[in-house]
Amino acid sequence: MDRARALGRLKFSDSGFRLMTMASALIVLILLAGVAIALFIGAWPAFREFGINFFFSDAWSPPKEQFGAATAIYGTLVTSLIAMLIAVPVGLGIAVFLTELCWLPLRRPIGIAIELLAGIPSIIYGIWGVYYFRPVMQSYIQPFLISTLGDLPGIGFLFAGPPFGYGVLTAGLVLALMILPFITAVSRDVFDTVPTVLKEAAYGVGATTFEVVGNIVIPYTRVGVIGGVMLALGRALGETMAVTFVIGNATKIQTSILAQGTTISAMIANQFADADPGLFTSSLLALGFILFVITFLVLAAARWMLSRLELKA
Amino acid sequence: MANLYSGRKRRNIIWTGLAYAATVLGLSMLVIILVTLIWNGFGGLSIDVFTKNTAPPGVVGGLLNSIVGSIVTTVIGLAIGAPLGILAGTYLAEYGHDTRLAVVVRFINDILLSAPSIVVGLFIYELLVVPVGHFSALAGGVALAVLGAPIMVRTTEDMLNLVPNTLREAASALGMPRSLVIRHVAYRAVRSGIVTGVLLAIARMTGETAPLIFTALGNSLFSLDPRGPMSSLPLIIYEFARSPYAEQQKLAWTGALILTFAVLALSITARALSASSKQN
Repeated sequence: MDRARALGRLKFSDSGFRLMTMASALIVLILLAGVAIALFIGAWPAFREFGINFFFSDAWSPPKEQFGAATAIYGTLVTSLIAMLIAVPVGLGIAVFLTELCWLPLRRPIGIAIELLAGIPSIIYGIWGVYYFRPVMQSYIQPFLISTLGDLPGIGFLFAGPPFGYGVLTAGLVLALMILPFITAVSRDVFDTVPTVLKEAAYGVGATTFEVVGNIVIPYTRVGVIGGVMLALGRALGETMAVTFVIGNATKIQTSILAQGTTISAMIANQFADADPGLFTSSLLALGFILFVITFLVLAAARWMLSRLELKA
Repeated sequence: MANLYSGRKRRNIIWTGLAYAATVLGLSMLVIILVTLIWNGFGGLSIDVFTKNTAPPGVVGGLLNSIVGSIVTTVIGLAIGAPLGILAGTYLAEYGHDTRLAVVVRFINDILLSAPSIVVGLFIYELLVVPVGHFSALAGGVALAVLGAPIMVRTTEDMLNLVPNTLREAASALGMPRSLVIRHVAYRAVRSGIVTGVLLAIARMTGETAPLIFTALGNSLFSLDPRGPMSSLPLIIYEFARSPYAEQQKLAWTGALILTFAVLALSITARALSASSKQN
């Protein structure tokens, strides 16, 4: 009798635990769906009011209640593009250094240092950017770019205008620094999946380090590297704090990358507190929804690629 | 023949040289950031920072309310996120395996892992701030939980997958039900691994700024009430770094130093723990 009751209780707690874990797993699903649904509901008034034009209009005027996402989307894409153009080659270079060139006893310490740097809060990059990097940009880098590249036909318009220090290029560069440890850490892990025998075979037939990297490591890990890069792109697109400080927060599209601009996340962070309920808030939520959709697609593609590498390994 | 060799050699030197250059450039920039952080933050460290609340310009103030606020919101985030994350991770590793639900949850969790934190902040704003009508530390904590939980899901699953099946079989053979096998055998075997995940999640939650702007909002007064707005270190850095007053800027740097130090200490502890557990 007692035994039956004890067994019954065990069975009850057993299925109870199973259900709890299952419910938690479902909550993770619901969270992501919840983000999408809550933002879409919040954004609906803006989408209904402006329609498809919301995506293409560069208007942003709270007093006139005219809002469009083009400026913010443009800034988000351009800053992320600048960040990727710089951080990807440098990050891959460091990863190659760590896996092929570095003196063995130093590999682990440098690798660990980079992983730790990847965890530093983005606001640290923001405050450093505005107090140290912005003045350097204003006094040295931007005047140099204006005087050398500013007059070139074809690309001169990218470097036009006075050196403010604040601007799209500054934001892109700070963003590059922020995602650099991340790209390095991911691509080093990916490079480490290359079987040593493959590399040794190549070295054995006389290949140089460059040839091993170019002909063995990169082809073997291509999908993983692209996945890692897209993961970093996902971070860059959604990053707020490293950007808000230095981009200047001008709600106007300018062709010069030295000019001030804004990104989706910077716009939300800056204006949300002052936004009155109604169209203004709804438009900011619509921006958030757009950011969510963009990063979702990028991250989903990244994960899909990384999982393909795992299947291979 | 000799030409071919020297060409290959030259190309090798150029490209490996570029890899060296990238390393020097990247690492030195990151070192510069840390050095300026220590340089600017260290001078501001004093007893006042830890004993006084944030003050208006002109008055000597500290960061007490922000440090306490950071701890409170993080604890709320952990109290909600840790059970959720660990249980969900348990489901993936112990029950779900390759079922369709588990595959989807794993995929979605990986996306949540790097979802933009500002979007999560907006979501919690819609969910917990708008209906209630005011900002609260509780909402901030929930936002942090959403950001921290995926880390714990991932590490818990990875760790449980390391438990040898023979261990589970041995426990089952003694007649232990599944849940007891998990709780008393599997969890125990990978305890330090799960703690590692929790520490990494705390590190992530402590450093987040963007989601707190629309949830915890910030508070210049000392507050322990989770139902009201609350300050936190990242929020006060965000505010003071843009302040025109020198003493507030200095406090922002000091806050940044404390925050970085806390985050680094957490991740180093996590790393040491997981390293020691791998040796066993």
